Amino acid sequence: MTAETATEKEPVEKETFLNVFLRNLWSSNSVTVTALSIVLAVIIGAVLIVVSDSAVLAKFSYFTARPGDALDASWTLISSAYADLVKGALGDPQAFSDWMSGAGTWQNAFAPLSETLTYAAPLVFTGLAVSLAFRGGLFNIGAQGQAVLGCVAAGVAGFTFGLPIVLNLIVALIAGALGGALWGFLPGLLKARTGAHEVITTIMLNYTAGLFLAWLVIQQGIQQPGRSDAISKVVAESAQLPSFGGVLRVHLGIVLAVLTTAGVAWLLNRSAFGFELRAVGSNPHAARTAGISVAKTYTLLMAIAGALAGLGGATQVLGTAYALTPSVAGNIGFDGLLVALLGRNRPWGTLLAALLFGALRAGGNRMQSFTGISLELVTVLQALIVIFIAAPALVKAIFRLRAARAAGLGVSPAKG
Amino acid sequence: MSTTTVEAPTEVAAPEPFWTRQRRFGVALVLLGALAAVVFGSLAPSKDARFTLTQEAEGAALSINGQFGAVLFGVLTLLAGGLLVAGLLKRWSNALLVIGIVTFVLSFLCWQVAGQFMSLEDTLSGTMDLALPLVLGALAGVLGERSGVVNVAIEGQFLMGAFAGALIGTMAGSVWAGLISAAVGGVIIAAILAVLSIRYLVDQTVVGIVLNLFALGITGFLYERLMQPDAAKYNAPPQMPTWKIPGLADIPVLGPVFFDATLLLWIALVLVLVIHFALNRTRWGLRTRAVGEHPTAADTVGIRVRGLRYLNVLLGGVVAGLGGAYFTLVATGSFTKNMTAGAGFIALAALIFGRYTPFGAFGAALFFGFAQKLAFYLSAINSPVPNQFLSMLPYLATIIAVAGLVGRVRAPAADGLPYIKS
Repeated sequence: MTAETATEKEPVEKETFLNVFLRNLWSSNSVTVTALSIVLAVIIGAVLIVVSDSAVLAKFSYFTARPGDALDASWTLISSAYADLVKGALGDPQAFSDWMSGAGTWQNAFAPLSETLTYAAPLVFTGLAVSLAFRGGLFNIGAQGQAVLGCVAAGVAGFTFGLPIVLNLIVALIAGALGGALWGFLPGLLKARTGAHEVITTIMLNYTAGLFLAWLVIQQGIQQPGRSDAISKVVAESAQLPSFGGVLRVHLGIVLAVLTTAGVAWLLNRSAFGFELRAVGSNPHAARTAGISVAKTYTLLMAIAGALAGLGGATQVLGTAYALTPSVAGNIGFDGLLVALLGRNRPWGTLLAALLFGALRAGGNRMQSFTGISLELVTVLQALIVIFIAAPALVKAIFRLRAARAAGLGVSPAKG
Repeated sequence: MSTTTVEAPTEVAAPEPFWTRQRRFGVALVLLGALAAVVFGSLAPSKDARFTLTQEAEGAALSINGQFGAVLFGVLTLLAGGLLVAGLLKRWSNALLVIGIVTFVLSFLCWQVAGQFMSLEDTLSGTMDLALPLVLGALAGVLGERSGVVNVAIEGQFLMGAFAGALIGTMAGSVWAGLISAAVGGVIIAAILAVLSIRYLVDQTVVGIVLNLFALGITGFLYERLMQPDAAKYNAPPQMPTWKIPGLADIPVLGPVFFDATLLLWIALVLVLVIHFALNRTRWGLRTRAVGEHPTAADTVGIRVRGLRYLNVLLGGVVAGLGGAYFTLVATGSFTKNMTAGAGFIALAALIFGRYTPFGAFGAALFFGFAQKLAFYLSAINSPVPNQFLSMLPYLATIIAVAGLVGRVRAPAADGLPYIKS
């Protein structure tokens, strides 16, 4: 984007630098729209915070008499909420100065960052699972189910085999990938062989996987001995992803995530299969004419996407949860969907988006415990960001009406 | 969602014309029947399986020896399948199929119920209760998808409807205010879906999925901020009254279910008929179908494609919102976080399994409702059959249906495609 700005700046001399810079910034969609989307989501979030707080709302009842009260209270509430969000995600300056002065430990200073990375790790995998499939023209809504199967396979492998250290972890991770791959392979095969739409089949497989997990964890041999609730045995220590321990929950998963992102980027942009899948994604008919087997590509692509999501599930079980429960996968599959959309289906973009979501989640925890704002606000923020990202014309319409007409994907609707 | 076929449309299971749809159904039924007669028959204890007409264990009942019943009905399934395979009674093939499936279920029930009792009235009312939101959700889907707008946000509309119904219903102290605001809640999500997908041409599936998460987040947020601290003020909606129709309500089994019911059940049943009639017999319906199949042609003859799509999606929002009202105004007395728990997706499954038609969706919703009710029943009698697998049935059935393993489902041709006027 900066390169564009630099090159296009020179020929135009009549306009001021600022004008040109703004115009180019405006036309380079992705960064501006992403930033504006986040701003919009944060504003709407602020409104929600105020509207749902009865104490502040009460001050609005005499707004005309003393507007200062209401505005003051709103500002205090919003700023403390968002400050906690940032502190919980990146770090509390107080904790850093404590560490410097010797009053606190370095672990406490870095704990927020560790939380961010911990939450981001599985999202990177599920996000990649969605974005890779997207590039091949498939909408993989099944990342949730694939992640669940990944959890199951990795978890079961983790407490069953009892292999030596390192090997056990590798086997558990591979098992997770295979579990997810199976759950991705099925819709891929159905799509290739029968044309069954992957959106429908993967939605259905998500719930099937969830029910299967709910059944599995209460079976003998899986359920933790001595427990009557739905929880499995604990994954052997040798199969757990190594972490710093203590308050620093961050584990090897985030490193694997970065490596996997690089791998996916290579697969997508440098490998023969990546070329095929992009060809199929942009035009399956042309790809078929060019001799690419569309059916094979779809099947293989979904299996790989499933394996990625399965790894996401595996990091969840082997890195943080350590035991299977019906909700062990949380919402990582659906969050991965948002992450992929926010990352514009590019591997490194997905990684960044996952980090943002991880930060929101980690910060949300602190916001919930310190300011008492429900963690659900984070879900709202995430959904809003993606809604705005998906509709760039809408964002532009909100910020500047005239630009929206031009940017509306070249469409000028006949009716208003 | 258009089911674009990859490569040549390969009818995998049917390489030769000999294997018609009926024959494939037949083979499946023969296998199921054999399974039922042998496995269910040998597992079933030789005790009476009592199907009581009322809620009580005693009283009038249909009774059959469990083992005998399991074998008998299994053999009947096998026979129905055999007739289909042999190609006899071709005119009655659909009836044979239904008989085959029903007898298979009966065989299963004889095995499970042997030595126990199952209340038919309770089963039917449970089925209707579970199916009611599914029917409304699936009808909302029919309205949208037949005009070419994919609606995977049924779940979000349910949640919004349930939430708005509980909140406004409590604050206004009136169940009818709750019902209306539930519809408005559904419309809010529908409006966002409509504007983003029709005006801003965002991928409809993407919008739907994100809207589900949005609805989940915002209802969860407001629930924790408003409803949890002060449930009496915000989260104690009055319940919909049940109205009893004298005379009709005394019919055994059917009476208490259909004629001693809430208004919402009747609304759902009437809507099935109305939407079926309207889609097939009115100008609006013809136009809706035209817009869903071939918007360009529809536009050429002067139909306002976008306007009609807006209308249908918003109407769908009303219907789905009413479905959401079921959760807070009929089923339970309060809203809880994520209380719909995937019902919107079962409604989506019912819509697809019902081949995008109102009657089909209704039938599928009943079938799925029955499967769920059966799952509850089995876990209540401590059956060895895990209820999770019965709960999977709607999802698996839908996968089988869209994969065309038994009769392919065809979506409206322009479903999911935004219309760009050139």
